[in-house]
Amino acid sequence: MQNLENIINLCEEKAFDLHFSHAKKWKAEDASRVIVGYLPIYFPREIVHAANGMAVGIMGAGDRKQIIKGDAYYQSYICHLPRGVIEMALDDNLDDFDGFIFPAICDCIRNLSGMFRISKKGKFSRYFDYPQNFKRDIGGNFYLEELLKILDDIKAINNVKPSKEDLNRSIKLYNKNRRLIERLYDVRQEYPWRLSAVETYYILRAGLSITVEEHNKILEDVLEHIENNERGEQMDNIRVVVSGSFCEQPPIGLIKSIELAGCYIIDDDFMLGSRWIIGDVDEDTEHPVDALVRAYIERSTFSSAVYDVGNPKGKRLVDLVKRRDADGVIFSAASFCDPALLDRPELQKSCDNAGIPHINFQYHENTGQFKVIKEQAGTFSDSIKLWA
Amino acid sequence: MSNTTEAVKERSMILQKEMLAKQFKELSMAKELGKKVVYTFVPGNLTELILSFDMLPVYPEINALQSGMRKKSHAYIREAEKIGFSEDVCTYVKCDIGMMLNGNIGPTGEKLPDPDLLLLSYTGCYTFMKWFENLERLYPGVPVAMLHTPYQEDGRIADEQVEYMVKQLKEEVIPKMEQVSGKKFDMDRLAKMMENSAKSEDLLVKVLQSAKRIPTPIDAYFAGVYYIGPIFTAFRGTEEAVEYYNELWNEVQDRIEAGLGPITPEGELAEERFRLVIEGPPNWTNFREFWKIFYDMGAVIVTSTYTKVGGTYDLGFRHDSSNPLESLSKYCMGCYTNLSLPQRVDLIEQYVKEYSADGFLINSIKSCNSFSAGQLMIMREIERRTGVPVGFIESDLVDPRYFSYANIKNRLESYFQMLDQRKIILSKQN
Repeated sequence: MQNLENIINLCEEKAFDLHFSHAKKWKAEDASRVIVGYLPIYFPREIVHAANGMAVGIMGAGDRKQIIKGDAYYQSYICHLPRGVIEMALDDNLDDFDGFIFPAICDCIRNLSGMFRISKKGKFSRYFDYPQNFKRDIGGNFYLEELLKILDDIKAINNVKPSKEDLNRSIKLYNKNRRLIERLYDVRQEYPWRLSAVETYYILRAGLSITVEEHNKILEDVLEHIENNERGEQMDNIRVVVSGSFCEQPPIGLIKSIELAGCYIIDDDFMLGSRWIIGDVDEDTEHPVDALVRAYIERSTFSSAVYDVGNPKGKRLVDLVKRRDADGVIFSAASFCDPALLDRPELQKSCDNAGIPHINFQYHENTGQFKVIKEQAGTFSDSIKLWA
Repeated sequence: MSNTTEAVKERSMILQKEMLAKQFKELSMAKELGKKVVYTFVPGNLTELILSFDMLPVYPEINALQSGMRKKSHAYIREAEKIGFSEDVCTYVKCDIGMMLNGNIGPTGEKLPDPDLLLLSYTGCYTFMKWFENLERLYPGVPVAMLHTPYQEDGRIADEQVEYMVKQLKEEVIPKMEQVSGKKFDMDRLAKMMENSAKSEDLLVKVLQSAKRIPTPIDAYFAGVYYIGPIFTAFRGTEEAVEYYNELWNEVQDRIEAGLGPITPEGELAEERFRLVIEGPPNWTNFREFWKIFYDMGAVIVTSTYTKVGGTYDLGFRHDSSNPLESLSKYCMGCYTNLSLPQRVDLIEQYVKEYSADGFLINSIKSCNSFSAGQLMIMREIERRTGVPVGFIESDLVDPRYFSYANIKNRLESYFQMLDQRKIILSKQN
């Protein structure tokens, strides 16, 4: 087992390799392998894995790539993520990707799928329409068709049609992945100083561009290091949940600033897609694709991308804050992010009703100045410590 | 800039005004009349289905644009921003919520009734879903019927998509309408209304396609949203709508016979200098000023994409009384903003060619990602495929802070100069 610092350094490198060289190298080892890029938030990676593929999360270019062409494709009042993605597509970053999936989370991502089609990027690019009807025989049937389309797309490339056993095996690996991630968050709930939010972020984001088997090993090793061993120093920090950063990712400097300002981030939605399904998907079944459908319909986490009438996300956020024993919420959303920003007033109201303090700010993935954010988070921390 | 002169109006405009006034009056008296009220959206609207239950539709985005035209939207938007809505998000939503927080007074000055049903026809705009999640909290206890319209990502309507929608209609939407209205669903009545819809649709398409003539007798964008289109959403399926479109078509035919150009609030356009296709919604807060810039330049919009958000009838779709629920599903999926980006490009290219356009212009709306995301790529593609000059201006739906008259006028003047130069060059080549 490697030491923790080495693991974290490796994860940082993998997380921000905008050429996805690890995934491309993996693909090059076997002619029947495919790599399929997907955008935030959630995509059931199990089906790609079962079809001898790797689903690679494309979370934007962040502050790691200068955007030149991308700005010519998007007006100033559209969020930053798609301009980074189109920049990568027009450069060589996404060469060797076989296909692209654009999950239905907003109109920007939806229209980006059309831009990829017009630009003829990948052997397929598909807008992945999630049902907003959560009855198995209505929305579930529709979702099943969506999943089968992806399997057909991949089969057309590598002629692999996964068997029931292949799918069950993949589901099992991703169940393990989700369980390990939750364990990591559970440890951080108790001992947030043992692994910083930035380190946690590196570890989770790295999982989007390596195999699930490799990621599971990393998570096991990290847990081995931090579950029973002290690391770092406990500070007099408040405990916060960060909400609203599920698509365009905050720059690392922003996450760091929140922690340096005296806030332990004990839960967040940065890598929400990796934690989307709550609990296990049935991994020993005659109908594994149907198991994925049921998991989405019945056990999705709350998100701004999911119609929530009858299951309000404000209540679910408050429940999370209580479960994590957090002191407050930081609403941190990308500028021009309709889903997050349109939800914000209602989520704030739910927090107010539950007596949970909160602050909010907006960012771009390439924001470079954090002084104001740090001051705001610091004042939030001080006010809770002094008066809450 | 203020409008000092009285706008010039045609018979159909007056008829429209009367029909809308009557509808808003009926809405204001809905409770006394025992009528149930359904809040819903224009794209993917189920007007025939709502009317078949004798319920009255209210369209929040129409209220928002009316507030914009009546200079009330800025105050409403500020109200919504006060309760936490970001400056960055859709101004229709903020205007609507602000209006509700201020007593929900409709365009005619009468209070709009609270909804009995929130019908979320989730078609072509992600924000619709968030909008109704917010309305559900403003009106606790009011049932919400969600109709999820799948996107045409493959550039076609698939059988399984129709099946998904029909199932939602049968098992989610119609039972809620029955419950709220207290009436049983009557398929025959719906089918009968759809016969009227198809008649109106035939007439509407004739009116819109009259703009293929040179000179065009109509403006298919400003007039399209001002008096050609609005009746369609609220009255489609009724005999009144058929009468209205008959009247309008007669009027257009008269203009064609007399060789007249389009009527505008400033008067008739005497000389058609530039024929344009336009993409994107108009600005509503300065609607007349905006239209006048085009009028002053002799520019007329021969066809537009925004007038197709309520349905792409010019592509051949008609409500089909022999298959009412399948037909409603296909209608929803065919609305312009539910078309994939490649379909949108193909359609605009077709428009530029079929309507003999001199140019293609985008009015990019700050708070409408459904339209705006991808428009710069659309612009390049149209320029590449058709060779016509493309123009690009920016404004907003109902937030007056994002309408800069001088900037827009300046950009349009440069654009028209470019079109002029191109005409000169082309005429020399020929």
